[in-house]
Amino acid sequence: MINLVWLVPLLPLLGFLVNGLGRRYLSKSLAGIVGSGAILAAFVISLLMFLEVRTPGFQAVTVQLFDFISAGSLHIPFAFQVDQLSSLFLLIITGVGSLIHIYSTSYMHDETSEGFARYFAYLNLFVFSMLILVLGANYVMMFIGWEGVGLCSYLLIGFWYKNTNYNNAAKKAFVMNRIGDLGFLLGMFLMIVHFGSVNYAEVLPQIAGVAKGDGTLAAIAILFFVGAMGKSAQVPLYTWLPDAMAGPTPVSALIHAATMVTAGIYMIARSNILYTLAPCVQNVVAIIGLVTAVLAASIALKQDDIKKVLAYSTVSQLGYMFLALGVGAYTTAVFHVMTHAFFKALLFLGSGSVIHAMGGEQDIRKMGGLKKYMPITNATFLIGCLAISGIPGLSGFFSKDEILSHTFAANKLLYVVGLLTALMTAFYMFRLYYITFCGQFRGTHEQEHHLHESPGAMTFPLIVLAILSVIGGYVGLPAVFGAPNLLEHYLHPIFAASAEKVELHEMAHSTEWLLMGLSSVLVIITIFLARNWYRNFTDNGEPRTGIAKVLENKWYVDEIYDAIIVKPLGMLSRFFEEAIERSGIDRLVNGVGRGVQWGSQQVRLLQSGQVGFYIFAMVIGMVILFVIGFLVR
Amino acid sequence: MPVQYYIFLSIALFCIGVMGVLMRRNAIIIFMCVELMLNAVNLLLVAFSKMWADAGRVDAAGAQIFVFFIMVVAAAEVAVGLAIIVMVYRNSQSVDVNIMNRLKN
Repeated sequence: MINLVWLVPLLPLLGFLVNGLGRRYLSKSLAGIVGSGAILAAFVISLLMFLEVRTPGFQAVTVQLFDFISAGSLHIPFAFQVDQLSSLFLLIITGVGSLIHIYSTSYMHDETSEGFARYFAYLNLFVFSMLILVLGANYVMMFIGWEGVGLCSYLLIGFWYKNTNYNNAAKKAFVMNRIGDLGFLLGMFLMIVHFGSVNYAEVLPQIAGVAKGDGTLAAIAILFFVGAMGKSAQVPLYTWLPDAMAGPTPVSALIHAATMVTAGIYMIARSNILYTLAPCVQNVVAIIGLVTAVLAASIALKQDDIKKVLAYSTVSQLGYMFLALGVGAYTTAVFHVMTHAFFKALLFLGSGSVIHAMGGEQDIRKMGGLKKYMPITNATFLIGCLAISGIPGLSGFFSKDEILSHTFAANKLLYVVGLLTALMTAFYMFRLYYITFCGQFRGTHEQEHHLHESPGAMTFPLIVLAILSVIGGYVGLPAVFGAPNLLEHYLHPIFAASAEKVELHEMAHSTEWLLMGLSSVLVIITIFLARNWYRNFTDNGEPRTGIAKVLENKWYVDEIYDAIIVKPLGMLSRFFEEAIERSGIDRLVNGVGRGVQWGSQQVRLLQSGQVGFYIFAMVIGMVILFVIGFLVR
Repeated sequence: MPVQYYIFLSIALFCIGVMGVLMRRNAIIIFMCVELMLNAVNLLLVAFSKMWADAGRVDAAGAQIFVFFIMVVAAAEVAVGLAIIVMVYRNSQSVDVNIMNRLKN
């Protein structure tokens, strides 16, 4: 089965080609079947491969297709690597991806059949790029997928390209990603210079042999992390992700849950030994992650757009994952990627269901009381909120608690801030839930009449994801429960080299119980607080003041970026256009032309038409030539 | 007879030709002066040919082939040149080269 790994990315690629080339001829149902079928088939293959990979003692398999780059001593094959990490990511991507595809067949039904097929073509290309990213056996392959998802996010965010704002959001996502990509690229060059290879199988053992705290390793690690910042939306390159809400809602689910933003986590988890040996960079990762988590969570407290709240929640959760990576808890970060994929996809698809029912309305102040109209969406959304808040027993609890306890062991201050973020998460998620689903309906009568539960193709993925959100956490039970931690056991070969170098802080079980109890009690109190404030929310229409206004305006980060980067850059380009383009290059080029014209005006006068003068000139010329010839000799 | 005499004669003929071309305005006279220059060169070629033949070079006669070429080209040139002069005369009732600047402006 492992040797058929090339089928996994090939199927979405075929789906992309069929849908992309045949978009004028395919009917909607056919395009939907091709698109969803390709991913579903890829999921089945991934599942069969996973069954093989999960057997104890499985060694990583590299399947080489052809030589990609071969120059001098540098060999970069086009090869896939199947191991525990990539196999797990395959499951997340194709599994959640296929649910999102099924959901999309219903959600995008109002598109023209050409737009519908175009949508599925992009979606398949997106999944293809992401599969290349996680399957590649070297950093160059990862970079190909890395750029591919960047391109596809641009295409999908700007899917409704006739809207200028959406187009701008797409461009912003692309440019922000490019900044990060540059870091990744430079890191790769540095790696080639120092280690002469980018293949995981060759370069990672080499890195493991370098002494801890080596400067070159730190440089490579920080450059890679810049790439991860862009792709995984960390401070300071996170502003593209909330704007990426311009795309269709299932796209947001795909970008934010299963693919793209997890690429940065995957990259650092893949190069874990590099970060373990560069402790200073690891601290940077942890601090950036925590800052992102707090900043995004605080912004999410006062957003009124249902998708914006979820977007900032994603940024915040990604910050959490980087915090976990930063304190060396790689398994936990991957665990949180997995549980987050379940409940965030669930929440996004649930919000899509709400937006669908509300006829495109996204402002939660105009919703309310949707509980009785959409029971399935309500129930699944509630499960998603409980899971992300970390209510004991659901998936989010286990992964978040593990991150917090590892953070506690590493640094108490980071732990306090992390716990605060967890409480903010619980607060804004339940604010969102109560405003949207409880209280009185605040929209127009027309909207109220239109309210309905979504069709089966949309509720089915919601139910599946809700079940996964509940049970997904049990693969990674913390040690205190006495049960074996399946995930840690499964991923052990990937992180073995790092585990040898650094011993993770062990904690007494009593401390861990205490932390768990503390965070659970605080989260439940926060949820009741949110319930009391927002259960009967009425929109009084008063503009916010003070800190609430700052939060509503996202700490004015976009405005600050505009003022300190975009505007000066614009001014600089205008200056260059004036000083260099117009008065420099243009004047030079035009001057040459004008000089030739003026010169010929003058020389023209020699052509007097006097034959005698011509002959005289000729004779003089000949005499001069003779004289020169005579003198030179 | 030493070859210098021929050279001096040729130079004299050539200079007369050049002066004539430069100074005269009558197209036919300019034409004749051009012929004079060509023939000055012919004379020189023949003189050098004879000189080398006397010195024992077997291929010296080759220079005289040039003379025939020049004569042929000159004959062709005369045919064209005289035709041009005839046409100029028909157009402007004159063979003065100085009035042939009508293409100017």
